[in-house]
Amino acid sequence: MSSLQGYVDRRVLLILQDGRVIVGVMAGFDQKSNVVLSDSKERIYSIDEGVEEIPLGLYLVKGDMIVLIGELDDAVEQAVDLATIHAEPIPPIRY
Amino acid sequence: MRHNFCPLGSLIFSVFKTLTDQQVTVELKNDLSITGVLKSVDQFLNIRLDSIKVLDEARHPHMMAVKNCFIRGSVVRYVQLPSEHVDTQLLEDATRRGAPT
Repeated sequence: MSSLQGYVDRRVLLILQDGRVIVGVMAGFDQKSNVVLSDSKERIYSIDEGVEEIPLGLYLVKGDMIVLIGELDDAVEQAVDLATIHAEPIPPIRY
Repeated sequence: MRHNFCPLGSLIFSVFKTLTDQQVTVELKNDLSITGVLKSVDQFLNIRLDSIKVLDEARHPHMMAVKNCFIRGSVVRYVQLPSEHVDTQLLEDATRRGAPT
């Protein structure tokens, strides 16, 4: 079983179907991979400006919307200055 | 015979289970390609990868700090398998078994 159990209470990064990137601490999940994030922020990527972070607070993300959940390595996170990162946004899912 | 019936879904699930701890590349429907070590898979073909690397990292720095991830089966477009760890003949036989002749 490929469960999300190992991600609970960890800082995770979610990529959603529409290309949005959300980081937060995984508070919980269920069978349908619906996920609750605490202290979450959306990261907006653009070519012209550095990464912008929008605070979202406590967030529930429907499992259907989730593309990927990644565990964040805090050491790498702290070493990177998001303001210096310029990148295209992740494209939305196309079937 | 009923006991010979094997839905393709569970066959592919079994194939993935034999590939745990092998390196695979997963291409997603948002055009991201991620290489990593297959840690586990479930009946929806959700995939867990360890020691991941995104192809074309310069263009996709979004996952720089991500070391392992869970990918939803429904967004996978392709999985590149290590051919030396797949018994192609066995797979061919298994997929043809039960097909109308």
